[in-house]
Amino acid sequence: MSEFASGTLSAKNIHLSFGSNHVLRGIDLHVPQGTTASVIGPSGSGKSTLLRVMNRLIEPDQGDILLDGRSVLKDNPDELRRRIGMVFQQFNLFPHKTVEENISLALRKLRKLSKEEARAQALEQLDLVGLKHKADSRPANLSGGQQQRVAIARALAMKPEVMFFDEATSALDPELVKGVLALMTDLAKGGMTMVVVTHEMGFSRNVSDSVTFMDAGVVVETGTPEQLFTEPRTDRLKGFLSDVL
Amino acid sequence: MDFLQRLGETFLDWKQIAEVLPSMFTVGLPNTLVLAITSGLIGAFAGLILALMGISRNPVARWAARVYTDVFRGLPAVLTILVIGLGFGPIFRELTGSNSPYPMGVAALSLMAAAYTGEIFRSGIQSVDKGQLEASRALGFGYGASMRLVVVPQGIRRVLPALMNQFIALIKDSSLVFTLGLLATERELFQIGQDAAARSGNLSPYVAAAIFYLAMTIPLTHLVNYIDARLRTGRPEKKEPDEAAAVVGKGAQA
Repeated sequence: MSEFASGTLSAKNIHLSFGSNHVLRGIDLHVPQGTTASVIGPSGSGKSTLLRVMNRLIEPDQGDILLDGRSVLKDNPDELRRRIGMVFQQFNLFPHKTVEENISLALRKLRKLSKEEARAQALEQLDLVGLKHKADSRPANLSGGQQQRVAIARALAMKPEVMFFDEATSALDPELVKGVLALMTDLAKGGMTMVVVTHEMGFSRNVSDSVTFMDAGVVVETGTPEQLFTEPRTDRLKGFLSDVL
Repeated sequence: MDFLQRLGETFLDWKQIAEVLPSMFTVGLPNTLVLAITSGLIGAFAGLILALMGISRNPVARWAARVYTDVFRGLPAVLTILVIGLGFGPIFRELTGSNSPYPMGVAALSLMAAAYTGEIFRSGIQSVDKGQLEASRALGFGYGASMRLVVVPQGIRRVLPALMNQFIALIKDSSLVFTLGLLATERELFQIGQDAAARSGNLSPYVAAAIFYLAMTIPLTHLVNYIDARLRTGRPEKKEPDEAAAVVGKGAQA
């Protein structure tokens, strides 16, 4: 994979409540440019919500988000999101558009490319994920693994500085997980800055540069994969690891 | 036998039917179509705006859409047409000099159609998975562009059958403009049938009108069923196994 324009992403003391439910309780996360941070933890720990706060799909009640050392909370959130690609558990491809249109839509409407240029770039991205021959299919006619690779291509087409993966393989049949993880690994090794919320402990351990364990809205432990997986310090992480491994 | 014969003469007097056919074709049918199609288009446009107001984050817009919908869905069609037509007709006449009851008839039909189609659109838009809006926003589209490009087109597609049903109802309700008083050239299907029936004392012209209505509504009903089935199953396309899944990328044996 080629070089990516990359940025350093930091979340500082993020707090968020939904009514009386205090979902994030002072989260700090630092992702240096070109590294992959994985976020693990039990369901309901606030991992996915944290991703949505960092690209401001949800506005935090308190705290700051820095991209390249500069706070982005005052920026136009739509412009911030164009710099951060996001891949979802349920793919969220647009079912009324073809695979190629899924990718070229934002290129045309947001990057203002002509129809031909946008299609050319979309096909190039599809080629990178091995699905150029599916360009004119509808998402519904693709397998889950193929759909998720299209979703990754759609996010990459915007040339993001950072990529978010929200349990990107959780909805996939076991035999399709590998292809998506391989693609994510290639991206990480190619120097993309990534934040990966995942239940794939193998990916977290082998590919990421740092691992953050969240539980009940707080960061319980953070460090290198080595530290967290071989010498967990807290009972909560020990318990979690013994449950999932 | 006598009874059946009398029924036949009352409803199926072919001479009476043949007599009204030409004016039904040249006057009644075009007028009915004009009423139904114009109010259908205006109603659909207004209904879409009502639907977007109904799901807006602005409470005033939501409230206004709610009140409008409750009022115009809750009134009998004939009452709305009479009140709008007779109430606003004179004002419209003064402003434009036009005596035609059509603009007010179309206005009344559109107001009602908007209330119904608004609810249809709203249910369609709300049925679209919220991940669609989220994915569109994550790409960097604003709320308006996301709705326009991603959410609303999917919502509309889902409710096409319900919209067609609404249009069928509109074809039938367009007959009620007769209550506003129509000139000979302004008569639609029902009024032509009614005039001929009143003249001859025979009900066969009504049967002729009924045949015209059914000739429009029955094919449309079946078109609805066809669209519905098509939307459910989609166009058939060959689905292949995920042959490329394992080949892409050389990393992670995770």
